Amino acid sequence: MAFQAPVATDRCNTGISTGKLAIWILLASEIVIFGGLVAVYLLLRLHEGAAWGAEAAHTNVVAGAINTFILLTSSFFIVLAHQAAEQDDRKKAVKFMYLTLLCALGFLVVKAYEYTYEISHGYTWFRSNFWGFYYTATFIHASHVIAGGIAIFIAAQGVKVGYHMNRVEVCGIYWHFVDLVWIFLFPLLYIAK
Amino acid sequence: MSEAHAGKHTNYLKIYIILMVLLVISILGPELGMPIVTLVSAFGIALVKALMVAAWFMHLNVEKKYIWFLIISSLLFIVAMWVGMAPDIMLWEGQNWRHCTPGTCVELTVPESRGLFGL
Repeated sequence: MAFQAPVATDRCNTGISTGKLAIWILLASEIVIFGGLVAVYLLLRLHEGAAWGAEAAHTNVVAGAINTFILLTSSFFIVLAHQAAEQDDRKKAVKFMYLTLLCALGFLVVKAYEYTYEISHGYTWFRSNFWGFYYTATFIHASHVIAGGIAIFIAAQGVKVGYHMNRVEVCGIYWHFVDLVWIFLFPLLYIAK
Repeated sequence: MSEAHAGKHTNYLKIYIILMVLLVISILGPELGMPIVTLVSAFGIALVKALMVAAWFMHLNVEKKYIWFLIISSLLFIVAMWVGMAPDIMLWEGQNWRHCTPGTCVELTVPESRGLFGL
């Protein structure tokens, strides 16, 4: 079956494929979103000191560590999917993409458990500045996990039939960024008590 | 497919194992209860892990250099925001203002404005 080469792979006036450049531009804007949140968190944390630390003591480090492990593993899976796609091994690429999706699901389950436990124990969004940041940052991050999961699922359907193989790399770059954000959120929200 | 690979194959499993070891260190380090150890093991290692993921998993180590400039320019905007906001948030008083009680209201000592040309 012959497919017309997509513009995202075909056109590369900038030296890299258009699709890849687009995802990097998207990530540059995402850096401003998450970076802004983290910067203000740090400013207020350094300003409020002990009071902030007292609230931060109630986050679940074990759950945070499990989620960090899950996301790092999912990053590993998606980069293996990219490697398989480059070798035109469609079956292997799809397998690793589905493993990445499984990790995403695991992350969301742990996050849902955390939210349920914390809210039921009175640690709600409006309790303090710390919890406001905690829920804002982790909710926005979880939204990105969901969006990335949907994108990877859609891309996997094309990869199954050898269509738009470049999407594996593009989805992978987005997914690694989602992991990167969590790498910074974990010490800020869970470790620094 | 990807024009970023120049023939050198990255051992992704090795990178993943290193990331796992760093994760364990970043969790155990703060348990010692020393602020400097927490700073290095939690935040320092987070930075190292982030750079490893960016370089080896996102292939920034073989990507066109202008992608680095794109990312760094976004980070510079965040630094500019920090520099702009830090004096207001971090300080308790400044030129013509001070907090009346810590963390609550701000007392203004600026003279009442006389409008344009003092009219």
